[in-house]
Amino acid sequence: MLHTVNKSPYCSDSLRLCISYAGKDDAVLLIEDGVYAAMCGGNSEAILQGAEVALYALWPDLQARGISEDKLVDGLKVVGYDGFVELAAKHSKVQSWL
Amino acid sequence: MPTVKKMMYVNRRAPHGTGYALEGLEVVLIGTAFEQEVCMAFIGDGVYQIMQGQDTRAAGMKNFSPTYKALGDYDVTRLYVEQESLSERGLSVDDLMPLTYEDEDDDWAEKPSVQVIVRKELSQIMAAQDVLFNF
Amino acid sequence: MKFSVMVNEGPYNHQASDSAYHFTKAVLQAGHEVFRVFFYHDGVNNGTRLTTPPQDDRNVVARWSELAVEHKVDLVVCVAAAQRRGIADADEAKRNGKNADNIAEGFRISGLGQLIEAGIVSDRLVEFGD
Repeated sequence: MLHTVNKSPYCSDSLRLCISYAGKDDAVLLIEDGVYAAMCGGNSEAILQGAEVALYALWPDLQARGISEDKLVDGLKVVGYDGFVELAAKHSKVQSWL
Repeated sequence: MPTVKKMMYVNRRAPHGTGYALEGLEVVLIGTAFEQEVCMAFIGDGVYQIMQGQDTRAAGMKNFSPTYKALGDYDVTRLYVEQESLSERGLSVDDLMPLTYEDEDDDWAEKPSVQVIVRKELSQIMAAQDVLFNF
Repeated sequence: MKFSVMVNEGPYNHQASDSAYHFTKAVLQAGHEVFRVFFYHDGVNNGTRLTTPPQDDRNVVARWSELAVEHKVDLVVCVAAAQRRGIADADEAKRNGKNADNIAEGFRISGLGQLIEAGIVSDRLVEFGD
């Protein structure tokens, strides 16, 4: 299953919930304000550290928010919309944690 | 492609502050005509949707909470409520509406639709679905 | 592979419609099929042709319309959600005794069954909202 999170981890429990629901074969894609969780050094890093899932962030949304690659948490992969489509196709369904 | 899909309606929002719950419920009701294998999940503030004693008269808004009681008649018989969400909010199953359905395979015995289960179990049920709708 | 997309928020206030648009375009570019884009909740506000954004900004509604015309994408606005929010085509306006309609090119108004059908028929349903 592919999970998407579009909320900042500082205003919503979506990311925390998503991570606790995601199975080990799942992927989590951060989009929109969800990409703030991709920045290293913040409190939200702890949420991701325990996660066993593959973690992605959408680069157009990172760029729009001034988050450069050197500020990203370790182990996170950056994808564009083409990568988003690939992830959605690869996984059997998509769960949007709105 | 299976002719009948497993569909879960995931409800994560409180009922009156936004319109998602009301319009989400409309999808569930229309969806019953398609005879799919459906269930609902109530997670986070979504658990407030089926709290007892909602009265919107003074707020001047539509009270759609009685509609949840009709779900059983439309064969929506599995309403999963996340235990952790109830506990975090100081709620127990007694705070929820006593939603029921009549089991046609068991001489139409009246049975509870609400099943309070822990997150781990609910995540497994979610993983077994074909389609997820979020409201 | 057959995709459907659900859009739950209107244009400009939430990024949901932008994300959904770029995703839908990427689905088509990857050679997949888009069975339907379904607009629900405030998402029905993506379907008004009266939108007039400033010239230095994107036209979210026109972008959807172009996608519908160029790629024959089925853009469906939920009738119940549209009635609540004042989105109408000529038939809906007439039926409800209104003196104007505002549906944008490429959009059509239909029932919620179209969303369920999209869920059944499509290999993937991807939802964008708040």
